[in-house]
Amino acid sequence: MKTIAKRIYIALIILFLYAPIGILMVLSFNESKTRAKWGGFTFKWYIALFQNEEILRALFNTLLIAFTSSLIATVIGTVACIAMTGMKRRAKSILMGITNIPMLNADIVTGISLMLLYISLGIKFGMGTILLSHITFNIPYVILSVMPRMKQLNVSTYEAALDLGSSPLHAFFRVVFPDLLPGILSGFLMAFTMSLDDFIITHFTKGVGVDTLSTKIYTEIKKGIKPEMYALSSLIFVTVLTLLILINLSPADQKKSEA
Amino acid sequence: MKKHRMTHIRQTITALALLLSAALCGCGSDKGVNGQVIVYNWGEYIDPETLRMFEEETGIEVIYDEFETNESMYPKVESGAVAYDIACPSDYMISRMIQNGMLSEINYDHIPNAKKNIGAQYYEQSRGFDPENKYAIPYCWGTVGILYNKTMVEEPITRWAQLWDEKYADNILMQDSVRDAFMVAEKLNGDSMNTLDTNELEAAKNLLIEQKPLVQAYVVDQVRDKMIGGEAAIGVIYSGEAIYTQKENPDLVYMIPEEGTNVWIDSWVILKNAPNKENAEKFIDFMCREDIALMNFEYITYSTPNVAARELIEDEDIKNSEIAFPDLSQYDNLETYVYLGEDGDYLYNELWKEVKAY
Repeated sequence: MKTIAKRIYIALIILFLYAPIGILMVLSFNESKTRAKWGGFTFKWYIALFQNEEILRALFNTLLIAFTSSLIATVIGTVACIAMTGMKRRAKSILMGITNIPMLNADIVTGISLMLLYISLGIKFGMGTILLSHITFNIPYVILSVMPRMKQLNVSTYEAALDLGSSPLHAFFRVVFPDLLPGILSGFLMAFTMSLDDFIITHFTKGVGVDTLSTKIYTEIKKGIKPEMYALSSLIFVTVLTLLILINLSPADQKKSEA
Repeated sequence: MKKHRMTHIRQTITALALLLSAALCGCGSDKGVNGQVIVYNWGEYIDPETLRMFEEETGIEVIYDEFETNESMYPKVESGAVAYDIACPSDYMISRMIQNGMLSEINYDHIPNAKKNIGAQYYEQSRGFDPENKYAIPYCWGTVGILYNKTMVEEPITRWAQLWDEKYADNILMQDSVRDAFMVAEKLNGDSMNTLDTNELEAAKNLLIEQKPLVQAYVVDQVRDKMIGGEAAIGVIYSGEAIYTQKENPDLVYMIPEEGTNVWIDSWVILKNAPNKENAEKFIDFMCREDIALMNFEYITYSTPNVAARELIEDEDIKNSEIAFPDLSQYDNLETYVYLGEDGDYLYNELWKEVKAY
């Protein structure tokens, strides 16, 4: 009885999590443009998707901004963490507080204030302003995931490397960096997804004719979202799923061959 | 084991980076030989092919940006973050922009197609928000009416009053927007949809509250899908969606209620601080050309005010469609929304809140 209840519970959770995505994927094969009617199975939205320059450009912009902004934020965030370990307790907690505020702050406030800042500085809106904004809100996420690794770090290994004649830079890259890497990578991935997801801040800081997927989808509201978007979302979901499976599978294979 | 996973993630990221940098090289922008024109239009509100044709014919580069509501367009234009040349707002928003001195007067000599091809009745209708036709050139228009499923109603629907019929309890879809909801009640009472009279507004509010138990849902763009799927019998909808929904579900009928309704017009306007005024005129002229207007009509399926383009429509059913091109002179109770001022907006919003919270 108890196991049945457990299974039903799990099934419900999975249903609520994945039913929306499932429906979206089914609709992407729907011949009819409306969600209310099944017009037969078709691949035409997938074909149309790859011929739709605007959607592809928006996808490209989204990926480019997500990748560049999270990469730069990762570098800045990691360097900040290293600097913070050398600080006094008080200065450190003040700095941590300052980096935490933008994360708790509502996106719309961040978006509007950035827009006003760019206007008052006379910066031309475009790809650059989106990138700057994304780097800004990504940095705290990187710091948040690198900092705990930093705290676990054993300072003695770094000092030992120096004692054995290594230069500080060399010692950092050979001893400290590998230990930080998991934190840095998860910070990077976190920043990447945050940037990918963002709508509000992009909406306020984007220039003319520059669209990311989220702003593009939003402008389609008046006329109804095109099924090409369903197709694209399905493809993104499947890509992420395969990537995750690949990442999770290979270590297991490794273990098997070792055994 | 951990280490292997890390190398794996690292490889994935490197692969992603390579892919992106490869794609980046293939994407360069070429500036138009004759400068540019910056256009701010509704999403999905133009055939992208026409933009390409304009660039080819004139050598002017089109920088094209999209908005989703009049309300989100206004602050972006006002803030001046981007200096747009052309926008395409709706009637009441145009009157607001005129009042705030944000628009530049149109020189019809530079836009010959606008006078030649756009029907006089649409300029007439525009006077509601642009009294001397000085600022706006109609681009798309339509009515707000009732879409009903003839298999789900007992008699044909002809009047707004039937949205208050208890027979159709839980089968009615209303628009979830202040002006459209109040318009229905105000027209039913025989009042103007731009009224600021507190008694008339109070009456409209009470009518809407009275109707509330009968309404299945207040929605915006879902009317379309819900009506196609037969989830409701009657819905308030924009005429532009009618042809499409009928194609998907032949049981649906669109009609303009006897009490009168809103005629909306989305028009091209040139902004006061437009950096490329000449190119903006060329762009609007191009969009008013009959073959281009026809392409856009076929892409958007909203009614076009371009009489010359209508003549070119090959499908007789659409060309003579009462839905796409109703004869406006038949009605004497059609109106267009006008900007009510900040106080007016506030008043309407407060009353709408009372309705929604009741």
